[in-house]
Amino acid sequence: MATKKTTTKTSNDSAKPKPKSKAAKDRDLRTLDQIEKLAEGAWRAVNKRQNPALDIRVRALSNVSFNQKKRIIELGDKTQSREFFNIAMARKFMQTFLVADKCRELIAADKTITIRQMYYLSKHTVKGTNENTFEEQSESDPIIEDLEVGVDALREELHLYANKKGLVAGPLTVNDTGDEIDLTRMGRGGWGIPSICESDVLQFKKCKAEFVLLVEKVAVWQRLNEDRFWQKHNCILMTSEGQAARGIRRFLQRLATELKLPVYVLVDNDPWGLYIYSVLKQGSINLAYESMRMAVPNVRFIGMSASDYEKFKLTSAVEIKLTKEDIARAEQMKAYPWFADKKWQKEIDGILKNGFKMEVDSFLTKSVTFIAEEYLPKKLRDRDFLQ
Amino acid sequence: MAKSKSQAEPNDVSRARGATAKGRAAPARDTEDSIAPASGPARRASAETMATRQREISVSEFFTKNRHLLGFDNPAKALLTTVKEAVDNSLDACEEAGILPEIIVEIVELSAGNGPSAPGKFRVAIEDNGPGIVKPQIPKIFAKLLYGSKFHRLKQSRGQQGIGISAAGLYGQLTTGKPVTIISKTGKGRPAFKIELRIDTKRNQPDVVAEETVEWTSMNAEGAHEEKVHGTRVEIELVAAYRGGRTGVDAYLEQTVVANPHLALIYLPPKAEKIIYPRVSNELPREAQEIKPHPHGIELGMLLHMLQDSPTKTVKQVLMDDFSRVSSSVAEEICKVAKVPPKSKAEGIHGEAVERLHKALGEVKVMAPPATAVVPIGEDLLIAGLKRRFNAEFYSSTTRPPAVYRGNPFVVEVGLAYGGDLPMDETAEIMRFANRVPLQYQPKACAISESVYDTNWKAYELAQPKGSLPIGPLAIVVHLASVWVPFTSEAKEAVAHYDDLLKEMRLAIQECGRKLGSHLRARAKAESEYKRLSIFQRYIPEVSASLGNILGRSKDDIAKLFEKALPNFVNVAEATNPPPVPPTGGDGGSPAAAVTATDTETKTEAKSAKKKSKIKVTDPAADAKTKGKSKTKKPEQLSLPES
Repeated sequence: MATKKTTTKTSNDSAKPKPKSKAAKDRDLRTLDQIEKLAEGAWRAVNKRQNPALDIRVRALSNVSFNQKKRIIELGDKTQSREFFNIAMARKFMQTFLVADKCRELIAADKTITIRQMYYLSKHTVKGTNENTFEEQSESDPIIEDLEVGVDALREELHLYANKKGLVAGPLTVNDTGDEIDLTRMGRGGWGIPSICESDVLQFKKCKAEFVLLVEKVAVWQRLNEDRFWQKHNCILMTSEGQAARGIRRFLQRLATELKLPVYVLVDNDPWGLYIYSVLKQGSINLAYESMRMAVPNVRFIGMSASDYEKFKLTSAVEIKLTKEDIARAEQMKAYPWFADKKWQKEIDGILKNGFKMEVDSFLTKSVTFIAEEYLPKKLRDRDFLQ
Repeated sequence: MAKSKSQAEPNDVSRARGATAKGRAAPARDTEDSIAPASGPARRASAETMATRQREISVSEFFTKNRHLLGFDNPAKALLTTVKEAVDNSLDACEEAGILPEIIVEIVELSAGNGPSAPGKFRVAIEDNGPGIVKPQIPKIFAKLLYGSKFHRLKQSRGQQGIGISAAGLYGQLTTGKPVTIISKTGKGRPAFKIELRIDTKRNQPDVVAEETVEWTSMNAEGAHEEKVHGTRVEIELVAAYRGGRTGVDAYLEQTVVANPHLALIYLPPKAEKIIYPRVSNELPREAQEIKPHPHGIELGMLLHMLQDSPTKTVKQVLMDDFSRVSSSVAEEICKVAKVPPKSKAEGIHGEAVERLHKALGEVKVMAPPATAVVPIGEDLLIAGLKRRFNAEFYSSTTRPPAVYRGNPFVVEVGLAYGGDLPMDETAEIMRFANRVPLQYQPKACAISESVYDTNWKAYELAQPKGSLPIGPLAIVVHLASVWVPFTSEAKEAVAHYDDLLKEMRLAIQECGRKLGSHLRARAKAESEYKRLSIFQRYIPEVSASLGNILGRSKDDIAKLFEKALPNFVNVAEATNPPPVPPTGGDGGSPAAAVTATDTETKTEAKSAKKKSKIKVTDPAADAKTKGKSKTKKPEQLSLPES
């Protein structure tokens, strides 16, 4: 195993490459062992003229449950056998071991790549055909997730990460692989949240913030950042840029648990916005196996609520008619056990009753600074949020 | 006479009534005369003057005015009918004489046509290697309508009325003014006569224009010229149009070759290369036995004739002598049911007694007519015939056991050719045959087509839009062999819809269809196994490489393990021997492409097709039952080829 590691992401001449910790080395060895076991199982089956198979835990609603006590979504034990001698599965079987082998290579060489790079690394034409091992990244991403579950390793343990997504600014200083970063000095752009935010690479140093505000939209974040909202209200201002990626969720959970900061979330008033909040709160179906280290059960839904229409005297100009898909999604969400609570049923019904959805940006019908100066202060003052 | 009376009557009802009592003609005329000036039309002719114009119509004259009845409606059809009548005659003659037929069809365009209004002029010559015709008979056969050997007997043959070939000659004479030329020779060392004939249309009598003895050399099957031993050649010049497509001469000959594997044919089409169809079977069809009429199929008029023809015989004797399958006890049973004394003289049976007798004939249980009267092509030979025309992937055929409609024995046969060079995306081609003669016109009016339409081809893995033909690389042959084929008209274009016929056709198609269905299912299975195998084989090297890398083993060894495990999951034998995949899409070069040509008939026929699709599809249970029965039923009567 390599003793030195050059970070692939930030290259800072003055910073020394961080030596790999023993814990990290052990983790790599464990992951390699798991991959080997998976391959060994397949080999043994075929050696006995049997159908080699992988047991993949089912990542679907049918195999997740809502843990009332921990208030997170957990993955069940239901597995699906991925067999090679099955025309519906042969290709995926092949892809799974292809990715497994490439991950083994990465770990052995101590390199880290993005999931997109993994797509290219494992993409080639199948001999004698015009078929590629992977045609789209959308094909390789779920295979990676399958492998994570299959070898019981986290994505970073497979030496993979996603593109950074999400921005942060505020009175917080972090250390990212040896670099001290003062998040009050991030200018207009903010700091991009890395895909991997584990404590061995990222540590919180100084924090003066009293709470965290996460907004769904980059545009809203920029508006608030320009108004120095985080300074005025002494908070950490984040955006998930839509559905929250794993880096943001891990980052947020650590803020909530390590720094004990309350977290507020501002999303659009539609089923999709509500679901972004829900994923932050209790995890997602697809990544239910990651809920433990990502979910923030105490996260607070500050808005935008269906009731804000009247509360803030918005006009019909902000209404966007619900589509068939919106309504279907809302109904679907009402059936999720983690939305079973009356207050959530009421919130979702509010959208359905309105018959329209609203974007946070629609407060600009009031004024440019309405969100920063009227809406959020009032909501925080009134403790007008759901949890 | 009667007509002029009926015009008068309504004007004076009371007097007309009175007239009936006294006698009709004279008083009626009085009536007419008396009222004519008042309101009736002016009198134009008297019975006497009309009588001067009333005379016998010769058959030839009748034909002149009604040529469409015999298939000479238009120039294109005239050419087909001419060739067809001559070829049918030749085949019948050869078979009757026990000679393997060798026929030459030659069509020469003498002057080109210019559109439908000005058709061209052709010379058609049909030459066979048949027994020849004795000289005195030649004029009558070729230049006298309704003269023949086939009308007066119940025997399976292609021609039935003895009207066809002389009608063709007459048509030629009417359109070109040229006589018919016949060359015939009856054997080695005998002279060959060349006779030119005209038909005296007024008297329906042949008129010999010229006759001579000639040296006759001709082309043999290899195309070489040699002296003719025996045979007949007929040459007719006629105004006609040469067309391709389903109703053309080419299609007729192609189909004839399918239904007559024992025929060697040389075809010299106008403006194209000579086509030689070598013989594929040296087996001459068994000679059909002539039979007497069966009690179940007799018509009243015919019965009357039979009784009158034998005035001195007893009724019982007539029944026994002139009908098939009527034994002494059956004859007595018939007489008993008809309440006619068996010993009464035939001439003494009149009026209602004849009707009762006729009814009894239809009711009394009589053994089916002897099946030896019907000669099917046979399952093997039908396939041999199909192979002459189609390069297919799969053939099947079914010859049904003999059955009876209205006292006439018949056999239905079906042959299928599937895949290979047949066009993929077109509707199936139906070839209809009656006593080995292709039926090319009026497909939608024909019981044969109906039976094909009404079959559920989806059960045999073929696409079939509702109420239409199956789609796919399929050709269907349906052959009806019978002593008397019930055509819908004298043009012999379509088979009439008798339930007994339809039922047999359906059963035959279903039987054949099942064979095709299991073939296609087996093929689909093999194809799917092949597909499975190819998927696994495609990924084995990939998976082996990955596993090899991870485990530090040789990827080739792992691949070998996978290959060894394969037979546990794929039927490798089936998969590695997939049947040929049919070519994609209609290539115009395939033989079946010719049938797609549009015909003006198709549109008008499409309408009538809808009306006829009422008949239920036979349910599989009944189907199976009949099938089971057929196995035990009278195969000993038939010398059908073993299938």
